This record gives sequence, structure tokens and C-alpha cells, in this order.
Amino acid sequence: MLEKLSEYLQYDFVRFALVAGVLIALCSALLGVTLVLRRYSLIGDGLSHVAFGATTVAMIFSVTPLYVSLPATIAASVLLLRGGRSKLRGDSAVAVISVSALALGYLILNIFSKKTTNLSGDVCSILFGSTSILTLKKSDVVACVVLTVAVVAVFALFYNKIFAVTFDETFTSAVGTKCGVYNTVLAVTTAVVIVLAVNLVGALLISALIVFPALCSMRLFRSFRGVMLGAAVLSVICAVSGILISILYSTPVGSTIVAFELVVFIVCIIVDVLKGGTKK
Amino acid sequence: MRLITAENLSVGYEGKSVAENISFSLNSGDYLCIVGENGAGKSTLMKTLLSLKAPLSGKLEFDKSLRRGEIGYLPQQTEVQKGFPATVLEIVLSGFVSKSGLRPFYSKDEKKQALSWLRRLEIEELKNNSYKKLSGGQQQRVLLARALCAADKLILLDEPTAGLDPLVTKNMYSLISSLNKENKVSVIMVSHDLDAALHYSTHILQITHSGCFFGTVEEYKNSSFFTLFSGKEGENNA
Repeated sequence: MLEKLSEYLQYDFVRFALVAGVLIALCSALLGVTLVLRRYSLIGDGLSHVAFGATTVAMIFSVTPLYVSLPATIAASVLLLRGGRSKLRGDSAVAVISVSALALGYLILNIFSKKTTNLSGDVCSILFGSTSILTLKKSDVVACVVLTVAVVAVFALFYNKIFAVTFDETFTSAVGTKCGVYNTVLAVTTAVVIVLAVNLVGALLISALIVFPALCSMRLFRSFRGVMLGAAVLSVICAVSGILISILYSTPVGSTIVAFELVVFIVCIIVDVLKGGTKK
Repeated sequence: MRLITAENLSVGYEGKSVAENISFSLNSGDYLCIVGENGAGKSTLMKTLLSLKAPLSGKLEFDKSLRRGEIGYLPQQTEVQKGFPATVLEIVLSGFVSKSGLRPFYSKDEKKQALSWLRRLEIEELKNNSYKKLSGGQQQRVLLARALCAADKLILLDEPTAGLDPLVTKNMYSLISSLNKENKVSVIMVSHDLDAALHYSTHILQITHSGCFFGTVEEYKNSSFFTLFSGKEGENNA
């Protein structure tokens, strides 16, 4: 098995997939902790559908998908994470945006795409990511590196603010910190990570990358710092293992990673229970 | 020294007034209880005092020594916080979130100060414990320590004993009272508990739709507001 692995590792596309996978796993885990704690677990799912809708529009007009999907997703993310005062909020707002973007995207694709011969193939690859992580180019990997540096920098510089805003927004603004700024920074970062992650695991599986590492880590660590670092490490381990397994056994990359994360999550629950259990 | 002066203050949401003609003042060392029925505008007044809302009309002045953010706030707990993965020290340190400005870490001095407040509130040994596993009373002390880290001249407490059992409630009240007397922390407390308000505070502000009362506890006890309010309370409890 090791021989087979080292043989594969000589290929550029395998190395690119591993690097990109690790970096995206790291970013989504860091964001995941704050999103899960603020009860926005499903925002990954919602925003990825927006990215899907925007990508279909871009395909129709033959524009580079990123030019449409990035601004659209950022707009949706800021709207969802900062729309504190609107009447439609929280999970229902995520649901409305997510379902409409998905439906409209598919509708537009059906009405306008005469050129696209393999419609369901296209949709499938957008939604499930298919094998696109194995077809990354060097420029994609560079984009991932830049993004990761930016996300890690945001979390390193604003760690204390992010903690305070996540734990208690009212207190934090009452003592004079501008929570809106940090919420916007988080919303934009979330959107950018999701748009890039759509390429990796596809729209349907992004929620897993955001939710699982955070949930696993919360079972194992009691400090916020511990949960953050734990989520990052677990996420990277799961991504690497998932990608290697999928290469060795020719399984779909995205679903293999998620299946692996599910197993890790169950293990974490068992460890937690054996340790004496946490009072919920 | 006078910390806060309010004259004919109106507070409310989006131009709609909730409470009008509120006048009161707070001197350094005072312990002011804000009482009133549900919906009378206590929380709205509180948000206005915290500069989270602009007053609709009237005068609200803070002493120069009280910049925005120099009021330590103890809010009511939210569902999210009850299961939040964080240690006691992490939460108490977050009281310095505004004072630390753009500095990405908390200074040694701030850590020392946080620990000394933990000691003062008798929860120092819990500093590395998980917040979500503490009892209700311990969690309130942690949030009180956080408020004191944010500002030690004036703290604003929003029903600090909500959901606590009688003994823990009594301990919490005497702790707040001793902070007021020994550490010279001025206190504004929004409360439903009229008996405790009369027992511990120095001044009372009652907000009703038909007018407001402000004065010392003695003055309040002799006013028609007190007779009416305490009578009503009795009916409600019956």
C-alpha cells in the first residue's frame, strides 16, 4: 500500500490535491467553530448554493465563474450574517436564499444552455465536486495558499475580538467595540472560503467541512483556544486521510472526506462519553 | 462626583417612544435600582445608557471620566452562552476586548487584573474550568468579573439574579453590595425584585407609562409610586 502511495505522490495532481485539500480544510475548520457556535451551521450549505446559482449564470454568459460567484456569495454572506434587523433571520433566511439560488440556478441552466450537452454531468460536478480536486492547476493551488494565509492572518490578529463577538455581541458592543466590522470581516472570509471550497468538495459537501471539525473538537476540548486548534488539526487529518483513501480505492474525493469526518465524529462522541460525558 | 445626568429623557425604538420624561442622576458611589413593570421601558433605557441606542429627546450627559465603553455591563445570559466552549479565564479576559484596541493579545497587566477580580469574586480556583459546566451562580460571577474588567467605576447589571435559587440570589446581592461599598464601584441594576432593591440600593428609579419617580430609597418608600407598585405586585403574586 505504501508503495502504491509513494508512486501516486510523484504525480503533480496528487500533490496539488493534497496541498489544496489541507489548506481548505484548515480555513473551513477555523471559520466553522464560530459559525457553529453562532448557530449558523447551515450557512456553508446556503452560501454554496448561491455560488452554484452564480456559477450557472456565469456559464450562460461565458464569464469566468469566479467573477460572478465571488461577489454574489460575498453579498449573500454579508446579508445573512449581518442582517440582524430584518424580519427574516437566522435559519429561515439561510433556507430561503439557499433553496432559491439552487432552484434558479438549475432553472437558468435548463432554459439557456443549448450549448451544454451534458447538463446533468455539469450539475453533478458543481454540486458534488466530482473529481475536480484531482484536476487542479498550479494557479488554483496558489490561490488556495493566498487565501489560507489571509484567513489565518485574520484569525491570528483578531482572535480576541472574534472570541468576544462570538461569545457575547451585546456586551462587546456595549463596551465600545464595533462588532459590525468584525461581523463583516467574518462574513466576507466565510464567503471567500466557500467559493473556493466549492471547487474542492462541491456545493453539497461544504457544510460537512465547516461543521464536523468544530463539533468533534468541542467534544474533546474545554477552552475556546483548544477547540479552535483542535478543529484545525482534526480537519487537516480528515482531509489528508480522505484524499489518500479516495486515491487508493478510487472513491469520490468529497464523499470520502465526509465519510471519514463522520467516523471521527462518532469516535469523538465515544471518547467524550467514556471520559465521563459533558453536561450539555 | 456626578457620573450621569438625565433630564426629560425619552427612549424608544425607531422613533417610537417607549418611556418619556425620565430624569435622574447618578453620583459616584451610588447604587441605583431601576424598577418598573414589564414593557415599561427598562431595557430600552438600559440600552440607551450603554450608547447602544440614541436617546429620542432630552438630555443625557456622562461625566468626562466615563468614555463610551466605560460602563461594565452584565447582560442576561443567552442560550448560546450556556453551552459555549471556553474557560473562565478566557471569558473574563474578554472584558478587555475594547481596552486592548488593535493589540492582538491581552497584556500581562490585563491578565493580572483579571485574576485579581476572580480572586475578589471568590472564583479564582475556577479559572481553568469549563464555563458551561459551572452552576448558574458561578456563571454570573464570571460575567460580573468580565464586566469589572471592562470598567471598574460603574457597572450596569441586567437582572443579575434571574434564574438563581434563593440562597445564591442572596449571596449575589451581598457580593454586589460589597463591591459598591468596599471597591467604590457605582452600580445601576435593572431588577424585578422590589424587596431586594429597597434593601440594598441607595436610589430608586421607577419607570411607568404615566410618569417616573427618582429619589432615595427613603423618599421612594413615602411616595405614591411605591404604594401603587408594591400593591400591584402583591396582586400579581396572589
